[in-house]
Amino acid sequence: MSEDSVFELARHYRFQWEQAQQAYVLLYPEGMVKLGTSAGEILKRVDGASPVSAIVADLERAFPGADLRRDVTEFLAHASVKGWIRVKPG
Amino acid sequence: MSSQANPPLWLLAELTYRCPLHCVYCSNPVDYTAYGEELATEEWVRVLREGRQLGATQLGFSGGEPLVRDDLEVLVAEARTLGYYSNLITSGIGLNERRIAAFKEGGLDHIQVSFQDSTREMNDFLSSTRTFDLKRRIAKLVKQYDYPMVLNVVLHRLNIDHVGQILELAAELEAEYVELANTQYYGWAFLNRDLLLPSQEQLERAEEVTNRFRERVGNRMKIYFVVPDYYENRPKACMNGWGSVFLNLTADGLALPCHEARMLPGLEFPSVREHDLRWIWHDSPAFNRYRGDEWMKEPCRSCPEKAKDYGGCRCQAYLLTGDAALADPVCDKSPHHALITRAVERARQAGAGVETKPVLFYRDDENSRRLSRKSEKAPIA
Repeated sequence: MSEDSVFELARHYRFQWEQAQQAYVLLYPEGMVKLGTSAGEILKRVDGASPVSAIVADLERAFPGADLRRDVTEFLAHASVKGWIRVKPG
Repeated sequence: MSSQANPPLWLLAELTYRCPLHCVYCSNPVDYTAYGEELATEEWVRVLREGRQLGATQLGFSGGEPLVRDDLEVLVAEARTLGYYSNLITSGIGLNERRIAAFKEGGLDHIQVSFQDSTREMNDFLSSTRTFDLKRRIAKLVKQYDYPMVLNVVLHRLNIDHVGQILELAAELEAEYVELANTQYYGWAFLNRDLLLPSQEQLERAEEVTNRFRERVGNRMKIYFVVPDYYENRPKACMNGWGSVFLNLTADGLALPCHEARMLPGLEFPSVREHDLRWIWHDSPAFNRYRGDEWMKEPCRSCPEKAKDYGGCRCQAYLLTGDAALADPVCDKSPHHALITRAVERARQAGAGVETKPVLFYRDDENSRRLSRKSEKAPIA
């Protein structure tokens, strides 16, 4: 993963806000992952267009005063291993 | 009193009991012809909305054959608008390009196609040209519309020895997920159990073949092999517990905690025509009946594993012992476990070619009407 890597949701995954759970969730066949606040905020910005650097910058604007680079890259690595997201080819 | 239960996560909409197939292992109720009118489109739409408000996220469209409903496109689109992750569970019969294009457009997320022996002759369905062509056509459509290819094959004594060929076929169709689901014995399958239950040897062979195949194809295909309950010695955590995550809606509008619960006597299952889903899920006596562990009897009540398997399946307990509050006899701690071992022994003898005279009930309207008239709420084992 580099600063310029662009991630997108894995095929057949859907990310959405769940009113009943008051949380962001990832939906996939016969399953759901309920996301914590920071995971939700990061995944919300995984749009298949923004590079990692832009996601970090945007989050640091939304949550001033925090150095979020490490949190973001760690979560993206974790989400990739889980198969929730993947690096967008090309 | 309102339950503290978590919301249902998974709604299964059995849109219709009509089906072009007559599978002898169907899990639909045997007396389905005795039920009232199917819910209309706007009734389904209302119920789906109530389900989302309750917090359900997964929605299965099932049946019978859900493609029989010509409003499926409407329901699919509504489900997407509401925010469900939706799954069409189908035999594929009735699927064509016009319909799959509409499902894609409407936002259907997932399709699971089941392949089965639908021939009355019970001969080798793999050699049946007609169904094979159908399978190919469906597989092509599913790929073309960028759905993952998910195959479900129900196994039983009469086809389990073909598991190698079934997997070859799945590979040829470029299936990404294959569920080799051994029949579980409810509904029609329970009626036909002595004909369908495979022997231990058959199961072991099939698992061996499956494992070899897994090694060969690697990650290309994910294969699940589900053993029949009868070959376990601890029960499954059925539905993850009664009224815990799963809400089944029948074609005629009853809400059930599982597909099979309707046959349980002494429980009045609420209709979505008369109640909203929130009351049904949290307040109805039926959904609270087997929540928690207050209802348990021995050996479950004092069992250290009760929080893991919730005493197994209420319907299996009822079908086999006549009392839904007893331990699922699959458990070898159950005093009724011999009912399971005897069925397994009969399967072994049949597998060894010992003559048995099973009567085969095809799932069709005529048989259903006959079985409804008997209105037997008594256990059959």
